[in-house]
Amino acid sequence: MLYDQIAMNKRRTGYVMFGFGVLVLAIGAALGDLFWANWESGILLAAVVTGVYMLIMISQSTNVIMSMNHAREITDENQAPELWHLVEDMAMVGQVPMPRVFIIEDASPNAFATGNNPEHAAVAVTTGILERLNREEMEGVIGHEISHVRNYDIRLQTIALALSAAIGLLVNFASNWLWWGGARRRDDRDSGGNAIGLVISIVLIILAPLAASIAQMALSRNREYLADASSVELTRNPQGLISALQKIDDSAPMKAADANSAALYISDPFKGKKNFADLFATHPPMADRIERLEKM
Amino acid sequence: MVAIILIIVLVILVAWYIGAYNGLIRTRTHVQESWSQIDVQLKRRNDLIPNLVSTTKGYANYEQSTLKKVIALRNQLTEVPADDHQQTMEVSNQLSTTLRSLFALSENYPDLKANTQFSKLMEELTNTENKIAYSRQLYNSSVANLTMKIQSFPSNIVAKVHHFQESDYLQVPEEEKTAPKVNFDDFGQDK
Repeated sequence: MLYDQIAMNKRRTGYVMFGFGVLVLAIGAALGDLFWANWESGILLAAVVTGVYMLIMISQSTNVIMSMNHAREITDENQAPELWHLVEDMAMVGQVPMPRVFIIEDASPNAFATGNNPEHAAVAVTTGILERLNREEMEGVIGHEISHVRNYDIRLQTIALALSAAIGLLVNFASNWLWWGGARRRDDRDSGGNAIGLVISIVLIILAPLAASIAQMALSRNREYLADASSVELTRNPQGLISALQKIDDSAPMKAADANSAALYISDPFKGKKNFADLFATHPPMADRIERLEKM
Repeated sequence: MVAIILIIVLVILVAWYIGAYNGLIRTRTHVQESWSQIDVQLKRRNDLIPNLVSTTKGYANYEQSTLKKVIALRNQLTEVPADDHQQTMEVSNQLSTTLRSLFALSENYPDLKANTQFSKLMEELTNTENKIAYSRQLYNSSVANLTMKIQSFPSNIVAKVHHFQESDYLQVPEEEKTAPKVNFDDFGQDK
């Protein structure tokens, strides 16, 4: 069951990267054709740019995601002894290397894990969760995060996040350009500008649902249920995680969270009040998760 | 032709035998490694207990009898022969229980609880206690792996020839026995 999940996660990571690559090459071909009437050079340029971007992303994803979420790294156990020791415990019993540990200054209780593989993983928690949860509850939460690390959920989610963020950036850039650049061109009565605008708007139409489906692949509700169950398998204490989830549920939304990273968190950081969470339910309902834990 | 088939069969058998033997060695090493993890934590706790005594010295009436019991158990633990895992864990479990009651009693001493030295020590001791419990969990699962390999066919043949011995499970203290059995049946595979 767990091994199936790991294999599926690795496979899906491949699909996501492949899909993204094809998409970027197609855009490259379209732009090359448009600007230089030469689609081959467009593809070549896109391939080089994407290759470099993917390399940077794979080596830097943890740092990028942590800075998007305003997290600071804890490098010494004396900075947060209890948190450090809990991560150590869960990494030991989950048989993964000790991940990097980060703290986010936010009063809302939440946590997430990220990284490319168990050897290069990171766990982040908010100051709110440290204040509100007791040791047993924190153990359940960290167990949940370590399970994401162990199941390779982090690789798929991190890469999907980075890719959909890149597409989002592209869409934003293009729509701004279309709005301002396109408008100016209309004043100049430049028909070439309108043609480019038309192509970009078509690309936008294609891109938006694609970005959504890539994100969707990473947002499996099953993944959260499975991480909850694996956490209990590590801690042997369902009650800790149950009351942790209750406390997390019964709190205000986060301020520091990054919208693209919402799916990484143990509980939806926006509490369903922001746009991203409206489009896709990133997390299964808390009551449902608690009910499954209570049955154990 | 027959000779070639015989050689192929022989090569396969030898390869399997080597594989099974190495598998047994690896599993046995896991058991030994996970024991040494427990041992490290036990030693760490033994080193922390004198600190507990010196930190609480200023609080003259702090649970003298319980503290004495902790020290006695600590000293007893150092005298248990190193290879007697069962007895070591038995004493260790008693020490854990006594320490836990000491922690609970510290609630009655607000002065002591306010002492940063003491709270730091508490965190260290709690951490060590948890690590002992988790490394015991790992030890028992590695023992289960070894037992399975020694008993199941066909690796049991190799185990018998090379006199591999089963290790004993470590007892889990009474209060931790109520651990739930995790059921993954509810968690269906994604499409």
